[in-house]
Amino acid sequence: MASTSVTPNATPELQASQKKRSTWERILEYRWSYAFITPFMLIFTVFTVIPVLWAFFLSLTYYNMIQPPVWVGIENYSRLFMDDQLFYLAVKNTFYFSIVTGPLGYVLSLIIAWLINEVKYRKLYTLIYYIPSITSGVAMSVIWLYLYNGSKYGLLNYLLLEWGIIEEPVLWLKNVKTTLPAIMVTSIWMSMGTSFLVFIAALQGVPHELYEAALIDGATRWQEFWHITLPMIRPALLFGAVMTVVSSFQVFDITVTMAGFPSTLYCAHTIVGHLYDYAFLRFEMGYASAIAIVLFLVTFITSSVLRRLLSSRDEL
Amino acid sequence: MSAKKRRKAPTRGKAVERVTTGQIIIYAILTIGAVIMSLPIVYMISTAFKPATELLLYPPRFLVRMPTTKNFSDLALAMGSTDTPFIRYMFNSAFVSTVVVIGTIVISTLAAYPLAKHNFPGRNLIFQVIVSALMISSHVTMIPRYLVIRNTGWIDTYYALIIPALAGSYGLFLMKQFIEPIPNEMLESAKMDGASEWKIFTNIILPLVKPAWATLSIFTFISTWNDFFTPLIMTKSDAMKTLPLAMRTISDGLTIARMGAAAAGSFLTTIPVILVFIFFQRYVVETMTYSGMKG
Repeated sequence: MASTSVTPNATPELQASQKKRSTWERILEYRWSYAFITPFMLIFTVFTVIPVLWAFFLSLTYYNMIQPPVWVGIENYSRLFMDDQLFYLAVKNTFYFSIVTGPLGYVLSLIIAWLINEVKYRKLYTLIYYIPSITSGVAMSVIWLYLYNGSKYGLLNYLLLEWGIIEEPVLWLKNVKTTLPAIMVTSIWMSMGTSFLVFIAALQGVPHELYEAALIDGATRWQEFWHITLPMIRPALLFGAVMTVVSSFQVFDITVTMAGFPSTLYCAHTIVGHLYDYAFLRFEMGYASAIAIVLFLVTFITSSVLRRLLSSRDEL
Repeated sequence: MSAKKRRKAPTRGKAVERVTTGQIIIYAILTIGAVIMSLPIVYMISTAFKPATELLLYPPRFLVRMPTTKNFSDLALAMGSTDTPFIRYMFNSAFVSTVVVIGTIVISTLAAYPLAKHNFPGRNLIFQVIVSALMISSHVTMIPRYLVIRNTGWIDTYYALIIPALAGSYGLFLMKQFIEPIPNEMLESAKMDGASEWKIFTNIILPLVKPAWATLSIFTFISTWNDFFTPLIMTKSDAMKTLPLAMRTISDGLTIARMGAAAAGSFLTTIPVILVFIFFQRYVVETMTYSGMKG
């Protein structure tokens, strides 16, 4: 298809010159291709490629947006890890949040996707389980605020009082001990669908013949799941795991809506919340960039480890 | 193709007994789960139509008795400002999301075609860069993005909410997956007949990737409509705010008496998205099966 015609018995110099000319020729020949990708590449370069590099650079400077950036080396990072108690709290909260909601949401959505694949009315069930994931986090947090309301008018408090489980109304979203768990429940409700749809699609792609063969061999439902279903949907499992981790590390909008900003004693302070605080309330762009880079590295390393754990030799 | 692959669950050969008992348990689990999952949404709808007297009722009631639409007209009051009507936030969200959807489809399909079908110099490098951007969270690029937008003077304009969102690597990746299986011979023969690249793109590629549009549109629409962080830092005035920001304002210092209006706001923020999804649902799962999540 391409016009790289190099004669086999040509001298090396001739070959080189021909190759050079033909690269130019090829670029000219494919001018339409370049024209087609230009709008995408222009926006992509300005708003993704350059910002990534710029974030690395900024993280090594002091920059308050009034004076030009001043090079400070790794000072932001040493301050972040040595002096910033609040950052530790943010990291602790984010990890706690991710370790609970990530795996729990992931396993729940896998089980439900598997069950839905076994019954009729698949579309209806898929819809009901998926709808919470497409709702706005902020808008639904407001409803959860009402459910968790600290007075006796809150539905949760009312039910627990009625059943005699608690003696007096609990301030779910003000109490340091209950805030994060309460937000986790909301988050699992809201984010379960992220990988769920991928699982549903993957399960429908498993060839029917495999199950028939297993049935003839007398396999139990469990064996079927373990030895056929799981291996067949492995790429989806991997994709879902990475998506779950990436999104749970970025928790911010529901914590800020449900617990306020800042939350009581920073009990729901997260890494992205810390970043937002330094970047857009204190305008310490260099320091905030260092937080962004740490978040990036943490996410990147965790997804790489997951890939390693879940993928077989031939994939990735 | 998918019909053949699809598993007919109720007819599982000889194992009739296992099927019936097993199926009943599965239905029971799924239905209980479905009820729990939909409770907050039902509560939202019910609360949105509750009159003030029912909000302050003790014991609190789950469902509304005497529905009213007063909460919807009280929305501006609940936000503590009467200058900006709530419909303005709805318009902002709808306008930004629609433009982003159309722009994303045009721009990523245009770029995906040569990346899938032309062997131009630099293709692999460009594609590698775009794919690796899939792994980078938006918060890493957010600060420099904000600085770029600030330098162009776009802060607090629609441009700030629209332009950066147009070149997403996910959209490009999805469109490329869809264009790749189109047979090369088809494009070659069109070329033989003297069709220009533009003509091949508009007359062959675009109609063939229509199923992918639905998926890309719906995911782009949902993520733009629900996006909280971008408008949070890119907008300043009330008139430029989108629905999630309006809901954030409502959530501050929320009292029981105001809960009806807040639920009405949630209703207006979530129901359009749910309707859009129900409308396009059948395309989405098909696309995901077809494009094959290969990691």
